[in-house]
Amino acid sequence: MGGPPAGLPRMTSRVHALSLRLPVRAEGGAGWLLAATLIALAVLAPVAALAWAASGGSLAHWSHLAEFVLPGALANTALLLAGVGVVVTLLGTGAAWLVTACDFPTRRTLTWALLLPLAVPTYIVAFAYLDLLHPIGPVQGTIRALLGYDSPRQFRLPDLRSLGGAVFVLGFVLYPYVYLSTRVMFMTQAASLLEAARTLGTGRLGVFWRVALPLARPAIAVGLSLALLETLNDIGASEFLGVQTLTVSVYTTWVTRTDLAGAAQIALTMLVFVVALILLERHGRRRQRYANAQRMRPMPPRRLGGGMAALAAILGWIPVVVGFGAPALYLLAETVKRLHRVGGVSDALLAGAANTLAIATAATVVTLAAGLAVAWAGRTLRESSRLPAGRACARVASLGYALPGTVLAIGLLVPYALLDDALNTLWHAVAGVAPGLIVMGSGVGLVLAYAIRFLAISTGAVEAGLARVPASLEQASRLLGESASGTLRRVHLPLLRPALAAASLLVFVDAMKELPATLLLRPMNFDTLATWLYAEAARGTYEEGAVAALAIVAAGLLPVILLARTQLKIGH
Amino acid sequence: MKPSSRPALALLRGLALAGLAACGAAQASGEVSLYTTREPGLIQPLIESFSKQSGIKVNTVFVKDGLIERVKAEGDKSPADVLMTVDIGNLLDLVEAGVTRPVRSAALDSAIPANLRGADGGWYALSLRDRVLYVEKDLDLEAFTYESLADPRWKGKVCIRSGQHPYNTALIAAMIAHDGAEATEKWLRGVKANLARKAAGGDRDVARDILGGICDIGLANAYYVGHMKNAQPGTDARKWGDAIKVVRPTFANEKSGGTHVNISGAAVARHAPNQDNALKLLEYLVSDEAQSLYARANYEYPVKSGVKLDAVVESFGPLKVDPLPLTEIAKHRKQASELVDKVGFDN
Repeated sequence: MGGPPAGLPRMTSRVHALSLRLPVRAEGGAGWLLAATLIALAVLAPVAALAWAASGGSLAHWSHLAEFVLPGALANTALLLAGVGVVVTLLGTGAAWLVTACDFPTRRTLTWALLLPLAVPTYIVAFAYLDLLHPIGPVQGTIRALLGYDSPRQFRLPDLRSLGGAVFVLGFVLYPYVYLSTRVMFMTQAASLLEAARTLGTGRLGVFWRVALPLARPAIAVGLSLALLETLNDIGASEFLGVQTLTVSVYTTWVTRTDLAGAAQIALTMLVFVVALILLERHGRRRQRYANAQRMRPMPPRRLGGGMAALAAILGWIPVVVGFGAPALYLLAETVKRLHRVGGVSDALLAGAANTLAIATAATVVTLAAGLAVAWAGRTLRESSRLPAGRACARVASLGYALPGTVLAIGLLVPYALLDDALNTLWHAVAGVAPGLIVMGSGVGLVLAYAIRFLAISTGAVEAGLARVPASLEQASRLLGESASGTLRRVHLPLLRPALAAASLLVFVDAMKELPATLLLRPMNFDTLATWLYAEAARGTYEEGAVAALAIVAAGLLPVILLARTQLKIGH
Repeated sequence: MKPSSRPALALLRGLALAGLAACGAAQASGEVSLYTTREPGLIQPLIESFSKQSGIKVNTVFVKDGLIERVKAEGDKSPADVLMTVDIGNLLDLVEAGVTRPVRSAALDSAIPANLRGADGGWYALSLRDRVLYVEKDLDLEAFTYESLADPRWKGKVCIRSGQHPYNTALIAAMIAHDGAEATEKWLRGVKANLARKAAGGDRDVARDILGGICDIGLANAYYVGHMKNAQPGTDARKWGDAIKVVRPTFANEKSGGTHVNISGAAVARHAPNQDNALKLLEYLVSDEAQSLYARANYEYPVKSGVKLDAVVESFGPLKVDPLPLTEIAKHRKQASELVDKVGFDN
């Protein structure tokens, strides 16, 4: 399992010339396509169940929705997405360029620290900031003391519970998606292109705007779409901050008006729009090809001095402090303040931590394997105008991420029940006893739910990784008699290792933070850190809630740091 | 890949086996499985004391939303014995969805007044929760009607959680029953105009925001005050609790003249594998001991009369419950939710 075989890169250009005359079929092995199809069907199962539920309801509520709900919800959702989109793009791209193009004190630490907000779920950050910025919180208290007021009734800042507040919270937590993909792109951009631009008289800023940024566009798009899907599907933070998004109205229709059919109708309509947007974005850059598969020599950063270095360091650390430092320190302070009251960490909390690690690990393995199968079946060696079956599976496999977690979980209940029925029938025929609920009664249903939800992350990462492996390598391997699976194992897997590592860590962290599907699908007597925290917060005893929140953050830290090390060490 | 995936697979297998063991065990005698939308912390003391007395082990899962959908999907293989939830609407939804079964017991019938249980024994209320006014502690206000929350006098002074929350839709539904939809819509618009901040967050945030000077009054459930005012000195909860006093509002409507009350309750699941133990758990929950735990640990109002209240709750004075039948509230709930949308209460 070493690196690529020695001498391979030098071979590349000759084999490439060969491939012009000798087309090799991309679709290797019907087995891979079958696996990809099965996985795509698994992802479609909850969507089909929702469609079935939706078809059973009346359409009467749409006139009510159209008149009173949709105008506001659409506007709120659009503004929230636009706001978060701008914030994550500016922060993510800006930070990535700063640590790539400039050298200043603390740059190396900053390079990985910029990923830290990934470790904190949005609902926890919203929660922490509402406390921090509340009129009776530390920030406004200090401001009042400085200004000489002694009561919040004399002086208060505007309330965080607003659209602006939600943009602030979500933007500063979700920017690492853009930062991660863009930073890797900036690092691996052929330095020669940037140097050529410089030689031709373009200034440093000009290189950024006219060469680096256009080249990084696909990477920005990948990170941005992940961040925006998370924003769209967020219920916790939006509801907490009082922003009436489309997802919140799906939830209201279902829970408050007990109209699952109606809620499914809205959710599926939203899904259609999301899918249309994703396809449009892909269509927009279908013709773009990037010469990034060559040997990469990263651009040497420019050493900044004096005031400029200080300014760069300050600017660079702002997203880390706002998105991670302040909320994490706040949770730490609250935990320390309360630890003596709760008498240390309870057994329930430890059990929750163990469950979380076990279930997130299992989900990561399953999600990664599925993502690899789908992406491998859908790889292309040549541009083609038709959409091959494998690629279609890859697109379908990403649907789970476009559904809110609660909606996905509801959609999974019926397929799980059917699966349990089938298993019981089978078991009864073989062993003479029916075992009861297997999928729903154990953690299996939960692991499958995570896999379906986060498959987009692993599929996307592996696809991106595969795109960087020159097609000529596979052509060479196949010409030399290796099978498709053998090529995957001996050529691609070693080359894909960074992409796989990144995907597994992202999936792990996301699975660990997952709340809505976990609440509905977990077996009895089984709590994760997230469900436990939620229960504490719902009861309103923050005493142990802060401890659980800190535990989630702490458990997420290690994978995020590992992620930073595997992903960002290229180019050092 | 390979070496690292083996322990993970082993974990997965272990987990699956543990899950199987858990769901198989639930069907054995000496256990009862509880599906609840109530936060586990609130019912934990009750469950522990039940287990200690009866020797019956209680398995729990806390499901926030989708309790009906989950039990329905599990069908006749569902391990659920008792379904527990808050809000009369949610409870009746369980009955209507066909996931419950009627049970009769002399102990239940004698402990719970007839208007707080299903006529055929389909559901049982276990505690009462009155929706009251939190008032800034120095404000001169002794009596209040729900209707006067729309009085322009309170412009920019009112805090409340989302209008779509069951606690609020139930109150709005009660008002529709008393005053009619038109008057209720006008009232909602008036309350909306009086809001000091977005209708969001939870009930305790009303007390916190009163302390923070954002508002002077707000609607919230009474038992949170018991939690906050009984919290240890120096905690945030205690500070919030100490910043407010409670006024029990009444409906201005002459037929009513009472305070809006919702319930928490439970029902036996249709396919309960341990039906006898399910009934034992319900009977325990209305025993003097459990009802007193509801009152003194959760600060809720007991359904059983004669149970001693917590001192803080006692200090709110006598509770005159709105005589409107709970089923009337459930009937108008959807209309209430649509009114909330119509006036853009949460926007």
